[in-house]
Amino acid sequence: MSHPAAPKSSPRYSPIGQLTLARLREFFREPEAVFWVYGFPILMAILLGIAFRERPVDKIRVDVQEGPFASVAGAALAQAKKFEVQVFDESTCRTRLRTNKTDLVIVSTGESKPSFDYLYDPTRAESVLARREADEALQRAAGRQDAFAPQDREFKEPGGRYIDFLVPGLLGMSIMGGGLWGVGFVTVDMRIRKLLKRFLATPMKKTHFLGGIMLSRMCFLIPEVAILVVFAVIVFGVRIYGSLLSTTFLILLGATTFSGVGLLVASRAKTIEAVSGLMNLVMLPMWLLSGIFFSSSRYPDVAQPFIRALPLTALNDALRAVMTDGASIFTQVDRVLLLTVYAVVTFGTALKIFRWQ
Amino acid sequence: MDAVNGLDMSVGTGECFGLLGPNGAGKTTTIEILEGLLALTSGEVEVLGMKWGRSDDEIKQQIGISLQETKLSEKLTVLETLTLFRSFYREGLAPADAVGRVSLEEKLGARVGKLSGGQKQRLAVACALIGDPRLLFLDEPTTGLDPQSRRQLWEIIRQFKDAGRTVLLTTHYMDEAERLCDRVAVVDHGKIIAMGSPRELIASLGGEHVIDFGLMNSNGREPLPPSSLMDLPAVRSVREEAGFYSLAVTELHIALPALLDRLRQMNRDLADLTTRHASLEDVFVTLTGRHLREESPGS
Repeated sequence: MSHPAAPKSSPRYSPIGQLTLARLREFFREPEAVFWVYGFPILMAILLGIAFRERPVDKIRVDVQEGPFASVAGAALAQAKKFEVQVFDESTCRTRLRTNKTDLVIVSTGESKPSFDYLYDPTRAESVLARREADEALQRAAGRQDAFAPQDREFKEPGGRYIDFLVPGLLGMSIMGGGLWGVGFVTVDMRIRKLLKRFLATPMKKTHFLGGIMLSRMCFLIPEVAILVVFAVIVFGVRIYGSLLSTTFLILLGATTFSGVGLLVASRAKTIEAVSGLMNLVMLPMWLLSGIFFSSSRYPDVAQPFIRALPLTALNDALRAVMTDGASIFTQVDRVLLLTVYAVVTFGTALKIFRWQ
Repeated sequence: MDAVNGLDMSVGTGECFGLLGPNGAGKTTTIEILEGLLALTSGEVEVLGMKWGRSDDEIKQQIGISLQETKLSEKLTVLETLTLFRSFYREGLAPADAVGRVSLEEKLGARVGKLSGGQKQRLAVACALIGDPRLLFLDEPTTGLDPQSRRQLWEIIRQFKDAGRTVLLTTHYMDEAERLCDRVAVVDHGKIIAMGSPRELIASLGGEHVIDFGLMNSNGREPLPPSSLMDLPAVRSVREEAGFYSLAVTELHIALPALLDRLRQMNRDLADLTTRHASLEDVFVTLTGRHLREESPGS
């Protein structure tokens, strides 16, 4: 038996296309991975739904300290209807204020006619609000006249709510996590299986390999992001004020940048444990500092240059500017540039120091 | 500490060349240097007339490689795996054709994870063949396989060689080297200790037959010193190991009666007696005093 004459060529396949397809197939044929990657954003969205469900405006919590005119204060506040009033002795009131059970303590001080002091925490927004509202109610009850009678009109257009702030942050977070876990784990896994070494023994171009990882990452991202955005729009009425094209551009740029970071993190690691540790080390500062759940402007001014230099800060801020503030992408040039620099530098470095075997 | 040192060899076109040696002898290091996966600290390697570091892509286009342990993606099918590997090469076989070479046609649509060990190994060889290479490197292609799978792989390698292509393989199975290889380099501790065709190497023992025998345990009598058998006619060498003796002999019909006479004179009883053709195993044992594998010196 001898070899049949070899047909010298067969249809040419695109290596980058094949590498991408291989990644997609491997992923979608692993039901558990699919569940965690796409189930997680759904789970997160449901939790948010519970946290941000429509509910009546909270009552203002006020304690009145036992004293000669305590009942006067209690009656005046009860009339205004927006307070939740309770009466306790001095030490109980203080404890309740300290442990955030109440927002304000009203102390009656007058000897012959009602007069009150306010005990409150000026660094707590609810406490400050309670002081103002209670003061107004007590003053009016004592006979103060308003200069004019304002009419309250409610403004319901979305944009300024916490959920509107949160959604771009969650997008940024899942783009970062997806890029790092998705690229980092897969790369180290292939290294452990010696598949990288096997690929190195073929004429495969290294840029094709990295391109395949990138492209497949983008494909995984589409449903991930879509789930979160669609849920936010439908359930919470979050509105994207800027252009959809700019938003998409930012999401893709962010995904590219964090794939690069993921690749760099995984470029030398020989075990899953090593790469997990490195990834947490890289992600932790950004989770805390880059404004996912609260604005990064809360950190002191000295830390701001460092915080602004983090890629997730740039991505979150740019996403917020475009999605919530409706800014043009062209006002975000510096952030876009920073993300691009991160992408180029991490990919370049990863390619240089990459361990194939 | 060098893993290999002072290896000097050349493999001709159309030849099947084997690196034979025990585990840890430096076979894999040697083959990976030739494959361009490991860098040389000193010396020179030329593959298909080209040098690593200068024409890497050209060399890789023309060689096929099967590594000792590669876990191909279990979730991909045979066809998908081969198509992926095919995409890296400028020219090569159609995936369906490569599958035919290794007789995996009926597994074309099966996931890699569902294949048996032998089928996985044949797929690995198909991945090595997909670029239609002129030169094939196989690192321990049949290690851990059942006898039938081994024979299937031998057939694949033989077909490749019959098409005028070159094969370089490593093995620690001496029967594999004897059956497949035109020439063999016996490697031990990172050095080549013998090189030639299996026939030449066996002939270098001085006798192409071997008589193996053991003696009855005769109540604490002194073991027979090997030298006491050296003067027998047609015996070229005597080896003793744990009470068993191996005699390399040129002519069996002369040596065997002489041996039996001698044992009768010495009043020793045979427990066991076999004769066989000498093998590369005997070459290795004669050169190093050790067996290639611990488990079976014969087989």
